[in-house]
Amino acid sequence: MKKPPETAHASRRKFLVGASGFAAASATSARADNTKNLPPNVADWTRNLGDGVGVRPYGHPSQYEKDVIRRTVPWLTATPESSVAFTPLHELDGIITPNGLCFERHHGGIAEIDPNDYRLMLHGLVDKPLIITLEDLKRLPRVNRVYFLECAANSGMEWRGAQLNGCQYTHGMIHCVQYTGVPLKLLLEQAGLKANAKWLMAEGGDAAAMNRSIPLAKALDDCLVAYRMNGEMLRPEQGYPVRLVVPGWQGNMWVKWLRRIKVGDAPWYTREETSKYTDLMESGKARKFTFAMDAKSVITSPSPQSPVKQKGFTVISGLAWSGRGKIKRVDTSFDGGRNWRTARIDGPVFDKACVRFYSEIDWNGEPLLLQSRAIDDTGYVQPDKDALRKIRGVNSIYHNNGIQTWSVKSSGEVENVEVG
Amino acid sequence: MSRSARFAALLLVALTVPAQAQDKPRNFGIGHLATPEQIAGWDIDVRPDGQGAPPGRGSVKQGEKVYLDKCAACHGEFGESAGRWPQLAQGKGTLASHDPVKTVGSYFPYVSSVFDYIRRAMPFGDAQSLSTDDLYAVTAYVLNLNDIVDDKFVLSKETWNAVKMPNRNGFYDDDREKSEKAFWTADPCMRDCRGPVTITGRARAVDVTPDDKTQKRGVE
Repeated sequence: MKKPPETAHASRRKFLVGASGFAAASATSARADNTKNLPPNVADWTRNLGDGVGVRPYGHPSQYEKDVIRRTVPWLTATPESSVAFTPLHELDGIITPNGLCFERHHGGIAEIDPNDYRLMLHGLVDKPLIITLEDLKRLPRVNRVYFLECAANSGMEWRGAQLNGCQYTHGMIHCVQYTGVPLKLLLEQAGLKANAKWLMAEGGDAAAMNRSIPLAKALDDCLVAYRMNGEMLRPEQGYPVRLVVPGWQGNMWVKWLRRIKVGDAPWYTREETSKYTDLMESGKARKFTFAMDAKSVITSPSPQSPVKQKGFTVISGLAWSGRGKIKRVDTSFDGGRNWRTARIDGPVFDKACVRFYSEIDWNGEPLLLQSRAIDDTGYVQPDKDALRKIRGVNSIYHNNGIQTWSVKSSGEVENVEVG
Repeated sequence: MSRSARFAALLLVALTVPAQAQDKPRNFGIGHLATPEQIAGWDIDVRPDGQGAPPGRGSVKQGEKVYLDKCAACHGEFGESAGRWPQLAQGKGTLASHDPVKTVGSYFPYVSSVFDYIRRAMPFGDAQSLSTDDLYAVTAYVLNLNDIVDDKFVLSKETWNAVKMPNRNGFYDDDREKSEKAFWTADPCMRDCRGPVTITGRARAVDVTPDDKTQKRGVE
């Protein structure tokens, strides 16, 4: 395999040149000591044939993009089978997350399910308990919907202050893809609901048999039993062959490797909705069933893993989302929240999906304190972290949707900071 | 509206009404009836009221053996946890402190929340391998580690309701729309919204981010 034109080491060395090095570093992004592929020379890839068709039957990103990967924080958890790998938000744009980069959160490792042996059991307070195969599911009328999925613990390490130095780690427990699936309502209708049905329990077929209670009203509203993401079948990490889609609500409820739905008249109070995914307040009491993800946003670039490379015109890019509806507006601040301007949203704005926003600046090298603030169509305005702490304290772990601050230094370096 | 147009409109209504009145969901005829035997094999959930609890029983004493054999390596001999594995015991009175310790005794609201979880997911890596009696026994032992039941206790469907979990009333329904109503301001401040801004904390100072040589860092 050919070496990338510029190693991370070389780029860092270039960066160390400081402010005066900006212009030189930017004029040629290729190695300074190798100009054979630069004009007026004719590049290698222009003179030689490349790979033929079929050499890459399932395509991969360019070899030069090999660092665009999910990353873990090993000290967070006891074992990789019950852990998390974060989406590299700082390397992405638009609103759709590529399937291979969607963050992973498993409780008993990745179940590898043979689709021929896949069965979904539907029982409890129904007229007709059913067992449904994947082929059965694929025969039903289906819909396509773009939704974000955010882990309730996204940004959970930041409650007591700036801790992890990278957007991937502070905000990377989110992804946004287009699902293809069957409305759960339609599936429940096939079994027939009893009059006293009020809740259902979704259960995974993985080694944690993850289970959560979901109010029936939500199930009948917009939940999907999905088998495709971005056109192709779900990835094993995302629940192949079938997962539940619970739009706008905490990711833990989107049960992967879905094997069973039981209809009942009361919630189950499973371990995942009592010991975990409850929000401990300062009083020592905890909020339960905090399903909806509050409106939130983050600037994905510049960010600590994606420093500013040169002075002059700079695009500030970020993501915003709300579990309660559509994003109506996003504001950005360059001075730590003293003054705000309205950012430009570009691309589609779907209900309970990520939107992409941009704010442009002619940067003269002045230090910046970058922030973004999302507003959804219910009128909810993303609060700053201190406003959240005033109500919730710092022990709740989940649902940290406070405004993120990135400090941009004159050198272009970016750091996760806390402001007061 | 002309006469003929009105007639056409009426005709349209007449034609579409039957379709609209068809509120009954369509049966697509997919799937098979699940047999009681099939359901029994997967129907493992248990609710706080004991619904779903299987026939069986297990004593604290019997549970100690199961625990030491299957659980102590990760959760510690006394439920104190080994390494980063979940702590199961102690933590009483810590929930309102700066360092809350959430355990079965200090945090779990129901026996079912413990039992249902062990039944489906434990022992880690050997899920759904315990006998029903061992399940009851090991649950009883974890309760005993938390001083919730005495050494002689036997857990079963019959004694289920006798167990009083200390944090039973420690939870309340999501109240964000009331307690955080101030966040629905719709039209936030745009100019001179706050006084001078100072940096009060830095991730670099905490230094817990994984070291990654592939990442660009800028000036040290």
